[in-house]
Amino acid sequence: MLTVRSIHTYYDSIHALKGVSIHVAEGEIVTLIGANGAGKTTLVHTICGLLKPSRGSIHFYDRPIHVLPPEKIVSLGIALVPEGRQIFSTLSVEVNLEMGAFLYRNENDYAKEMKERMFQRFPVLRKRRHQLAGTLSGGEQQMLAIARALMSKPRLLILDEPSMGLAPLIVAEIFKIIQELREQGTTVLLIEQNARSALAIADRGYVLETGKVVLEGTGEALLEHSEVQRAYLGRETSRNWEV
Amino acid sequence: MRKKDRIVFLFFSLFVGLFPLVVASIKAVSHYIDVMIFAGIFSLVSIGLCLLMGYAGQISLAQAAFMGIGAYCSGILTTHYGWPSSLALMVGLVVTGVVAYGVGVPSLKLKGHYLAMATLGFGMIVHIVLNEEVELTGGPSGLVGISGLGIGNFQISSPFAWYYLVWGCVATVMLFSLNLVRSRIGRAFLAIHADERAAQAMGVDVSNYKVKVFVLSALLASFAGSLYAHYVEFLNPGSFGLMWSIKFVLMVMVGGIQNLWGAVIGTVFLTFLSNEWLHFLADFEVLIYGLILLVIAMFIPQGLVTVVATKLLKKGLRDGA
Repeated sequence: MLTVRSIHTYYDSIHALKGVSIHVAEGEIVTLIGANGAGKTTLVHTICGLLKPSRGSIHFYDRPIHVLPPEKIVSLGIALVPEGRQIFSTLSVEVNLEMGAFLYRNENDYAKEMKERMFQRFPVLRKRRHQLAGTLSGGEQQMLAIARALMSKPRLLILDEPSMGLAPLIVAEIFKIIQELREQGTTVLLIEQNARSALAIADRGYVLETGKVVLEGTGEALLEHSEVQRAYLGRETSRNWEV
Repeated sequence: MRKKDRIVFLFFSLFVGLFPLVVASIKAVSHYIDVMIFAGIFSLVSIGLCLLMGYAGQISLAQAAFMGIGAYCSGILTTHYGWPSSLALMVGLVVTGVVAYGVGVPSLKLKGHYLAMATLGFGMIVHIVLNEEVELTGGPSGLVGISGLGIGNFQISSPFAWYYLVWGCVATVMLFSLNLVRSRIGRAFLAIHADERAAQAMGVDVSNYKVKVFVLSALLASFAGSLYAHYVEFLNPGSFGLMWSIKFVLMVMVGGIQNLWGAVIGTVFLTFLSNEWLHFLADFEVLIYGLILLVIAMFIPQGLVTVVATKLLKKGLRDGA
């Protein structure tokens, strides 16, 4: 459904993406792992239209989207859960959710119905619906960010480091939610530094290093790959500590 | 519109409707009608500024300039060219709209202090033009002999007629604005205010909405400016300088920056303060405004009306429980 073909993106004069190609098929969880500065977030922002690639193309259902502004890309069915969540902290939980359905013009019925679904899916949000989003805990904020993205019924959900800054128990819960979402038919592109958890639930994965894809394969294969184990899973340490 | 808004609107209409009848019967304060007409005209500007500043989060120090453009369009077209006042008013709106769009597109790319500086610069340019284009504007000595407001043979002349016209306009604009901020578009403004990038990721066309609300606030200022010109029948560049732009910001801030009712109440309060209650301190005007701004910004940044309303609401809840 999503095909990224050898894109190059610059941040001012920094050549952040040097010919990256990835593809995501319907119903998959695809993960993108890599160290800080590898270009993961740049790639996400390029897909969502927040950055423009200087070369290469991005197609979504055979439609070129790298020429479209962000709001058009959202309306085609790509929703982003941004890095660091970026919820509207000065607005209430409810308004945050409504913003997720912004592109549905006959908002009231649609937004109401979707809000109800999100409250069923994330009961803690119902409890906090009138609270300002900034007063939620980190895990709750992440759930709100996911729920907000789901409000637009996306065909492709992109999550940028959803585990960032969260306690391990909460991270496990978030990953469980991601798996459930896929079972309900949402395609997921998951960007993570937490390579082990991400590869464990992913169908396929890409390893990004300094703006290039250096490895790709199924989640299992990458978990087993010696280079991935050394660089991202800390094989040496895990032998010493976990066995 | 929410139920709460409806109730407040009802009280507002009652107060505004009865005010002149009560005031006119008491000789000592009968001129309050005149002060209220000015307050109403300024309220149109501050409602627009409240939408722009409080909801969409964009500051403007050019509102007096937009008001000036509208006022001088009305003034120049009716005096030099003998146009009917209603047509001049509409031309003022068109001119202001085009200018605001032209200024808004590049300057709304700026943020915070830089946006304030850009709009301030524009305001100064307008002020200089009004002062220097003596043949058209009359320069510093002013433009006299502007016709009153009227359509065909029907002229608005008595203070009562002016009062109800102006406050009728305020009520209409208020209804429109209350509906706007509770709508999908109003939520987009709030989202832009909270986080532009996140708003964009939700599919909000950020720059488009920012320019739209900027133009809307300018149109309201222009409309107010035309009313001002036809009511006072005399214009002077001093009424559209930087000090006035700051006053409008202050009017919005005193009542509550994200509160439309607050903007109107703050405007009425400050208009009475400067025209009536503190008129004898006119030489210290700048000092007093500075002091008010300081106190509000430091101690009650959410504004007087918002604070009082929350207190009342809490008390109501306690009493109800």
